[in-house]
Amino acid sequence: MFRPITDADSGASLNFSFDGRAMRGRAGDTVAAALLANGVQACRQTPVSGAPRGPYCMMGVCFECLVVIDGVGNRQGCLVPLREGMRVETQAGRRQPEEIPA
Amino acid sequence: MSIARNITDLADRYDLLVVGAGPAGLAAAARAADCGLSVLLADENPAPGGQIYRAVGTTPVTRPAVLGAEYWKGGALLTRLAQSRAVLAPSCTVWSVAPDAAVGSVEIGVSLDGRARLIEAAEVILATGAQERPFPIPGWTLPGVMTAGAAQIALKSSGLVPAGRIVLAGCGPLLYLLAGQLAAAGATIVAVLDTTPRRNWRAAIAAFPDFLRSPYLAKGLALMAKARARLPFRNGVTDLSAEGEDRVTGVRVTRGGASETIACDTLLLHQGVIPGVNLSNAIGCAHEFDEDQHCWVPQVDQWFASSVPAVAIAGDGAGIGGAESAALRGEIAALGAAQRLGRLSREQRDAQAAPIRAALARSLRGRRFLDLLYKPAARFLAPPDDATIVCRCEEVTAGQIRDTASRLGVTGPNQMKAFLRCGMGPCQGRLCGPTVVELIAQAQGLSPAEVGYYRLRPPVKPITLGELAALPQSDAAVKAVVR
Amino acid sequence: MRAPAGSADVIIIGGGIHGCSTALHCARRGLSVILLEKDHAGRHASGVNAGGVRQLARHIAEIPLSNASMALWHAIGDLVDDDCGFTSDGQVLVAEDEADLAGCRARVDDLALRGFHHEEMIDAAELRRLVPAVAESCPGGVVSRRDGAAIPLRATQAFKRKAASLGADIREGVQVTRVARDGAQWRVETGAGDFVAPRIVNAAGAWADRIAADLGEPVPLEVIAPMLMITARMPAFIKPVVILRGRKLSFKQFANGTVLIGGGYLGRAIRDENRTVLDWGKLAANAKTVWDLFPIMRGAPILRAWAGIEARMPDDLPVFGPSARHEGVYHQFGFSAHGFQLGPGAGAVMAEIIATGHSNVPIDGLGIARFTQTPASRTQA
Repeated sequence: MFRPITDADSGASLNFSFDGRAMRGRAGDTVAAALLANGVQACRQTPVSGAPRGPYCMMGVCFECLVVIDGVGNRQGCLVPLREGMRVETQAGRRQPEEIPA
Repeated sequence: MSIARNITDLADRYDLLVVGAGPAGLAAAARAADCGLSVLLADENPAPGGQIYRAVGTTPVTRPAVLGAEYWKGGALLTRLAQSRAVLAPSCTVWSVAPDAAVGSVEIGVSLDGRARLIEAAEVILATGAQERPFPIPGWTLPGVMTAGAAQIALKSSGLVPAGRIVLAGCGPLLYLLAGQLAAAGATIVAVLDTTPRRNWRAAIAAFPDFLRSPYLAKGLALMAKARARLPFRNGVTDLSAEGEDRVTGVRVTRGGASETIACDTLLLHQGVIPGVNLSNAIGCAHEFDEDQHCWVPQVDQWFASSVPAVAIAGDGAGIGGAESAALRGEIAALGAAQRLGRLSREQRDAQAAPIRAALARSLRGRRFLDLLYKPAARFLAPPDDATIVCRCEEVTAGQIRDTASRLGVTGPNQMKAFLRCGMGPCQGRLCGPTVVELIAQAQGLSPAEVGYYRLRPPVKPITLGELAALPQSDAAVKAVVR
Repeated sequence: MRAPAGSADVIIIGGGIHGCSTALHCARRGLSVILLEKDHAGRHASGVNAGGVRQLARHIAEIPLSNASMALWHAIGDLVDDDCGFTSDGQVLVAEDEADLAGCRARVDDLALRGFHHEEMIDAAELRRLVPAVAESCPGGVVSRRDGAAIPLRATQAFKRKAASLGADIREGVQVTRVARDGAQWRVETGAGDFVAPRIVNAAGAWADRIAADLGEPVPLEVIAPMLMITARMPAFIKPVVILRGRKLSFKQFANGTVLIGGGYLGRAIRDENRTVLDWGKLAANAKTVWDLFPIMRGAPILRAWAGIEARMPDDLPVFGPSARHEGVYHQFGFSAHGFQLGPGAGAVMAEIIATGHSNVPIDGLGIARFTQTPASRTQA
């Protein structure tokens, strides 16, 4: 969980959602930063054990902040600028064949 | 300067591609453009500055004292680039660099805004910088455990600090700098757990006189003294683990033989930075193991040209030297490229480089002291606890790697991949490579230099099948031989 | 002349899956073996291929060897004490249209006449049962149900370890520089000294033409670099390996979810530097085929692409069997990018020929004489 420092320039506010929950972010933030600022710590489950993971390096190296953005999976949240109306979802971990959409 | 926001804004060919818009890349691009080269400066982040000058042109942090004077120096590099004729492509990922000596050009695979393209450059300067050294302790994969650099990026680019109780752990200048910045920003630091091995002083002391005459002394030591006086530092930490179920709730710390748990909401880890070698490795540049910095570095000549023709490597990606030296190395690499492309004579190049080289020598003075003093303890390079995850992507543990190395006689990281899949996830070994090498070296009684490193493959950043499928095809009509 | 650094009944040059398998089977027959490998076992084609264990769509001349090999693959753990990651979910050749399907039928009928029944025609319904994600338009295909896939480097190293445990002397990092007659023996010169043996096996893969040339049996070997790419872990959606009849494709999802895409598109091999260069334009064609055939794959992240260094013969068939010129020389190379499945069986047959002079598994049409003898001399022979 992150919070803005007291004397930061708050900038323009953007609406987005995470797993269907409405959230607000600051224009200029990356998706990963916006999630942290909204108290989201885990944004994906690993495809191996299903363990929860959250942003770790914030600089495109670790791939822990992978999320689904507007239906496109495996996006690095720390590299994608937040946009108005973005639909962000948890990157699911282990999925079984029967869950595959036809 | 012009900005390319669309893949179609890019030209088919540039004289020079610079990868990475940190200090080295900014300086290289501006210098090369001033020499008359057509330059593309590509960076996967939304704004230039790299990590050290992250978001220096766009940061919401208004009070200069929070980030410190060194940070704001980056603004001058942005201004210089803006006044040059270079093309800046933000949010642009370079996923392949393939020099072809026969054709005399370099094929570049780039992605921008969800679309991929192949373009060409006559010369390439990699200014991909550094990453933080992996810090594999039990529980480091828990949400709420991050790198110190990550917190610094959140502060610089978004004006965010961790809410609640923060513990910082590890060693090295960035850790102390961040502690000071977070404190200045009003964050709650409950402990700074210093893992600097006490006996490092013995190795480092010989390099101390040089350090006393170095630029690090003034800015670094003063900063650290201030941080140490004001913050809850605890020295001599010999063991660490992050605790919690589905997020971090505390840190188990051992010092002087006694252990305790410190409750926290965020744990920030750091034990130095190492060159990001994925791109230079995938290109096939020769690397060597730097014993002092304890990491792989690409081999470069005095113009920062790599072992592969048409590919130079500037900045911390060619060995850690800090922001100031990175920018200077970028300038020299640009002069080298301009000479190879015939825009400067050797004499012009050498004359222009001379004052930069002098400044570079000054900027690097004293570096060795820091390298030796903050060399991580062995147990934080090769985790002794078998259950500790080493490869975060594929969830491979230290015990599995040790066992495979000794029982199956696996002597190198590339063979290890075939057995355990370590290094085969999306981060492509960036977070496990150094640790896997360390563990194999330990099990086989070899040095990391003897063990070698992963052979990395393009794309160095993932591209989607759809992006690849939309590239022009060179051989689509060829039919399979089916019997 | 230097004193030899080692001697044995058999020296095998090359530590790919073929060299290691022959070493293992020779050791099982009680022969002493030295294996010389210039890098490490499985460093090149044997370690970085697609891992396909395939009888489907093989050339007639290879089928007996392939059959012998398949029996060993299905009990691979018994042979090498490691399952080699082998799974058997079949391989399916997908016909993209009716013309493809007619070609499939002709092939399966021809095999049946020759007494081979491992390939089986399937209609659209069975195709969709086996490969639910395949594009609607595909009318059917062929399945070889005992086929599958394994993990190439792991398999090659398992053969190496097992051979070593049976007494084979495996020398990695030892490059052969010259091969020459030395009385009744063969002298194999390396950077680590000379090795002598009455029998040698040339299993040097993409470097085998140099050994053959030393022996006065030059062959038209082409050094190729077949490219592969692999995705991040995807939801499980396909079990069998899929290949196409028309366009080039080999497509396999591992149990861990990653998808391996290949099909024989070639990069550029620089064999003297152990290096390959990818051709993204060809990989684009490869990706487009997958895009057409498996819509579910369109957003899949490609994590790595690579190419191995492999030997291809002009007729796409291996050079396998005794030398046409010399007593005690055997060739086992040029598998033309489909030798991985043959490894276990070819090693067994080669060891049998070395030990007994004969094997019941026919290897007609694979001998080196097809390249080294003129048509006239072949007629006389």
